[in-house]
Amino acid sequence: MNIHEYQAKEIFRNAGIPIPPGEIATTAAEAEAIARKFGGTVVIKAQVHAGGRGKAGGVKLAKTPEEAREVAAAILNLTIKDLPVKKVLVTPAADIESEAYVGVIVDRASKRAVFMVSPAGGIDIEQVAAETPDKLMRYPVDPRFGLMPFEAMEMGFFLYDDVKKARSAAKIMQQLYAAFISSGGSLAEINPLVTTPAGDVVALDAKMVIDDNELDRYPALSALRDESAEDPAEVEARKANLTFIKLDGNVGCVVNGAGLAMATMDLVKYYGGEPANFLDIGGSSNPEKVVNALRIITSDPNVKAILFNIFGGITRTDDVANGIVTATKQNPLKVPIVIRLTGTNEEIALKILKDNGFSAMTDMDEAVKKAVSLATGAAA
Amino acid sequence: MSIFIDDDTRLIVQGITGRDGSFHTRQMVEYGTHVVGGVTPGKGGQKFDEKVPIFNTVHHAVKETGANATVIYVPPMFAADAMMEAADAGIPFIVCITEGVPVLDMTRVYPFVKEKGARLLGPNCPGLISPGKSKVGIIPGRICTQGNIGLVSRSGTLTYEVVFQMTRAGMGQTTCVGIGGDPINGTNFIDCLAAFEADPDTESVVMIGEIGGTDEQDAAVFVKEKMTKPVVGFIAGQTAPPGRRMGHAGAIISGSAGTAAEKMQAFEENGIAVAKRPIDVVQLLRNV
Repeated sequence: MNIHEYQAKEIFRNAGIPIPPGEIATTAAEAEAIARKFGGTVVIKAQVHAGGRGKAGGVKLAKTPEEAREVAAAILNLTIKDLPVKKVLVTPAADIESEAYVGVIVDRASKRAVFMVSPAGGIDIEQVAAETPDKLMRYPVDPRFGLMPFEAMEMGFFLYDDVKKARSAAKIMQQLYAAFISSGGSLAEINPLVTTPAGDVVALDAKMVIDDNELDRYPALSALRDESAEDPAEVEARKANLTFIKLDGNVGCVVNGAGLAMATMDLVKYYGGEPANFLDIGGSSNPEKVVNALRIITSDPNVKAILFNIFGGITRTDDVANGIVTATKQNPLKVPIVIRLTGTNEEIALKILKDNGFSAMTDMDEAVKKAVSLATGAAA
Repeated sequence: MSIFIDDDTRLIVQGITGRDGSFHTRQMVEYGTHVVGGVTPGKGGQKFDEKVPIFNTVHHAVKETGANATVIYVPPMFAADAMMEAADAGIPFIVCITEGVPVLDMTRVYPFVKEKGARLLGPNCPGLISPGKSKVGIIPGRICTQGNIGLVSRSGTLTYEVVFQMTRAGMGQTTCVGIGGDPINGTNFIDCLAAFEADPDTESVVMIGEIGGTDEQDAAVFVKEKMTKPVVGFIAGQTAPPGRRMGHAGAIISGSAGTAAEKMQAFEENGIAVAKRPIDVVQLLRNV
């Protein structure tokens, strides 16, 4: 789960990390009032779940409250990577002496949480890793001991020669690690971590991704989810316990299992079509899931044909068949449907479909080919 | 022969009285797996289906049954503890079916299990089957048939699809292993490939990967350097967009790393024939 910068800052602040004050505005007038309250120059930052906000014009300075109003109005009008900006963070501009990068992620290769720190902050860390790897220190953390003070100091000295700054940075890293673990993070990042002319070390930005699988353990974190910042169809799918990702093609896909769902999309492409989505109805065989899946798929106007690809293991294909019948009775389909199902209770499923006027196939390649030709035919 | 499980596998089921645990226990018993016990805290002393003894703890179950393998169906928040309990009780082979285990939990489970000397398969995996001998997990028995091809995969239903095509074409399997779709899991491709290489009955191997991480690329190098048996492969997710999790927690292209194209190239460069479609695996196996 992605959370906004201002939410991540709140978590980091609670962990003790020094972060300048900031307030959220949803209108230009609010931004002006906040800027007036802070006085002096402020930074206005789009709160949106996308990287590269700065490049997209979503982060700007404003010297006066009036300018803050104009800048906020412009940013609130932006769409960054297809996501409309609905909130801005207004925060006093800091005097920056140097910028560093501090992040912690779960690394699948070392199977541990790994810190990544770099004195070259403020820019894309993947670029640092690719172009100047000597400026990036990677530090795996033993989960049994956590980030130990000497380890944090080693990273602190990698960032700063000055012992006072190194100590401040080390303390921030330990606080960041504590916040990361206690929030079930899969990523926590400060970019940039800055030093000020007064010698303070301060976090100017904050990013955090929370492992969805941890949300049952930390119910308070679930409340941080901003559904208005997500694709509406994906929100609806999540509520229906479906995994759905919208794509740009016109063949709507309903599949059980993530691997088979990806392979089905690939096969659509192989036969000259474009998948409209990734959709995994999962292993359970609940007809309601199929009803929800069909509703979500058919709400995409790009979809010209629907393809079901079900390999019944735990999933009972007769449940899927019943779901298709129920869904199409409630909302008759306006586009053609191709159904491939095989596996558990296949004979019953095929009979249910036949009795209700559907034909079904048992071969994956034949079904995909047919769905692609129907979608392309409809598009032409 | 087969890998990891065979006729001598004595299995316990952690979470045997739960919805999934009870359903799949019956399936495994029906297939012929020796299910010697189950664990559900608070139900110790009872019997599952009037046959399988239930214990309160894994330690107790091992002591009474001499189990040498376990399969875990407990809910995600309890799965990490279940895996560690099994390793602590001295079970050498642990299969965790549970999907949705927090990845930070796995950073603790992995070193713990390793230090106890156990092999962990999963989590978030379909388990494995040695056709005609034993099945541990949820792979449907009837789509498999005994033979001399080993199969290892990160997926569930995609594995079924490929195995089914193989079975239809008369190509039987020694063992089919699903290693699971999570970013941190106990057993990787290389572990399985090494086991298949050492198994005298396995003559060739099918490897089914997907986007995300570098496990397939590392495995490809292993195939070239360490394996004498032919390997054919398939990678799912050629049309997956970057930065999005494709269902499996581990199936994500990070930046530009972990793409299907990169993995298919690694396969080809290291002598692994790559199937364009799942069905093509059958033809590639005929060619080896």
